[in-house]
Amino acid sequence: MYWNKLPILKAMLESIDMSLVDWSRGQFALTAMFHWIFVPLTLGLSFIVAFMHTIYVRTGDEEWMRITKFWMKLFGINFAIGVATGIILEFEFGTNWSNYSWFVGDIFGAPLAIEGILAFFLESTFVAIMFFGWNKVSKRFHLTASWLTAFGASLSAVWILVANAWMQHPVGTAFNPDTARNEMTNFWDVIFSEVAVNKFLHTISSSFLLASVFVIGVSAWFLLRKREVLFAKRSTVIASVFGVIAAVSTIVTGDSSARIVAREQPMKFAAMEALYEGQTHAPLVAIGAMRTDTTNLSYPRENFIFKIEIPNALSYMVFLTPSGFIPGITDLVFGNEEQNYMSYEERIERGAVAIQTLKELKKAKERGDEIAYDALREKFYDPIWIDQYYQHFGYGYYKGRELKELIPNVKMNFYSFHVMVVLGTHFLIFTMLVLWLSLKNRWGKHKWLLWVALITIPMPWIASQAGWVLAELGRQPWVVYELMPTLTAVSRLKPVAVQITFWIFLVTFTALFIAEIKIMLSQIKKGPGGE
Amino acid sequence: MIRVRLSLFICLKFKNPMLKRIFRFYYDGFRKMTWGRKLWGIILLKLFIMFAILRLFFFPDLLKRDFNSDEERASHVLEQITNP
Ligand code: HEM
Repeated sequence: MYWNKLPILKAMLESIDMSLVDWSRGQFALTAMFHWIFVPLTLGLSFIVAFMHTIYVRTGDEEWMRITKFWMKLFGINFAIGVATGIILEFEFGTNWSNYSWFVGDIFGAPLAIEGILAFFLESTFVAIMFFGWNKVSKRFHLTASWLTAFGASLSAVWILVANAWMQHPVGTAFNPDTARNEMTNFWDVIFSEVAVNKFLHTISSSFLLASVFVIGVSAWFLLRKREVLFAKRSTVIASVFGVIAAVSTIVTGDSSARIVAREQPMKFAAMEALYEGQTHAPLVAIGAMRTDTTNLSYPRENFIFKIEIPNALSYMVFLTPSGFIPGITDLVFGNEEQNYMSYEERIERGAVAIQTLKELKKAKERGDEIAYDALREKFYDPIWIDQYYQHFGYGYYKGRELKELIPNVKMNFYSFHVMVVLGTHFLIFTMLVLWLSLKNRWGKHKWLLWVALITIPMPWIASQAGWVLAELGRQPWVVYELMPTLTAVSRLKPVAVQITFWIFLVTFTALFIAEIKIMLSQIKKGPGGE
Repeated sequence: MIRVRLSLFICLKFKNPMLKRIFRFYYDGFRKMTWGRKLWGIILLKLFIMFAILRLFFFPDLLKRDFNSDEERASHVLEQITNP
């Protein structure tokens, strides 16, 4: 076998310091999660502000102007503090994940460049007009700027989500073995892949939901204090209409996300439901508590302390029929011939062949052996060889390592998925109730409900972060799905260098977060009348 | 005082009335800003920390820094991903 010729590869793999990969991942997770505190509020609040602004322009009612100005101010605070925090992720790509950056080259480069340019124009033009434009430009032009800010923000989210979707499900590209880069073969396949479209819709609607809950909650504070009652009630109506629509759309797109995950990333799906053994008529665990050791493959069934299941629901969710077979973790790791799942052992062998072929190609090129080089190169463009070997490329790195390294953290996936779903259900019921009571002019009469609204404010952030935890931890160990694992993607730096920046980020971001909360609270306390 | 002079100077420089109006729009906006000032302070400080400190000292683009051509970069990455 090829593998026998690779003792150096094996030795090197074993000697990789896992703490470097862990620190690099931790650093990336920290920056991404902090960045994601600001982004969804910007995405959602910009639309709510644009709606309020529209009502003001249409009715000419000064109260709507005050309402618009107040929420615009909170939008501004969040925007200013959050803006550019995402650029740090780009720094990290170049420094900490340089192999990965090179490998994905085109796919990431183009979307991020577009996003950068778009964000720049957005900030310098539309946002400026939105804030400075009162009584300076025509009402219609001003309103247009508010809408363009909202659309621009969502549009700039498109690209980064497309890039993420490609990493989860690499399509529309071909690997060039000379340059070691993936090159785009079909732009439309990349941006309109089912994963990308669904990811965008789920992210955007959950962000709209987050902003609605924020507006309802802050307004509830005014109602509890019996301040600015008209302002608070009107804000609540807008936010609850927006919220109900967003909640329904979040659940619908979440449901289709799950179906797509089941098809494209069966390991993530098995992990998020903690399904160890595949089955037809698979039940859905509604809630449950798991035991500690979840990666122990020899005790696949004993993983719950307790659980409440909905019979057949998992099979039904994926196949719309209870007889659909859902593979469990063991089916995927050890293979299941009957259901056509290749074992990881086999995939590792095939992946190692692909890696070895690439290595030999490089050597042939260096030797100037054109015949060998051409023959090896051809393989990377041969659909049958790609299907048989290259498709398993990333698994090759796990030769000689423990199989459990290929299993994501089941507990984290299970809990993050369930937290998201439980909270999603809470938001739907909550926003519907608020809307119904608002329409009957009874919102604000029950103090305890106002308290619920206040307590609910941070919950969509928890759900949203949980969503990303699921999306990103569920695909581990892959950075580019089944092609590049984290341990290959990472730059070989000294772990201490990564640790230093980790702490710098933690301090900087905590300071920014405190600033956000403080400035927001002080402006909320001043209310719509304050400057 | 300096601000007013600067504004006059730039206004005179912009012969085109459209450009002049745009400049005035931004200039007045920033001048009359109240709560936004603190935010601009934060934005500038943040950009300074990010670009002047982090980017410069902690986050070099490794492949750009260490290699001169794309060919060298490709060869390095190939080496890395086939000998991880
Ligand atoms: C019943 C409700 C929900 C279901 C079934 C659901 C399902 C999912 C699934 C399966 C994923 C992973 C997608 C992937 O890995 O490609 C996901 C991700 C995500 N979810 Fe949810 N979700 C629900 C509710 C929510 C709520 C309430 C929020 C936030 C307010 C939210 C925010 C997110 C975010 C931000 C992501 C990461 C982006 C993405 O991969 O789409 N989800 N959700």
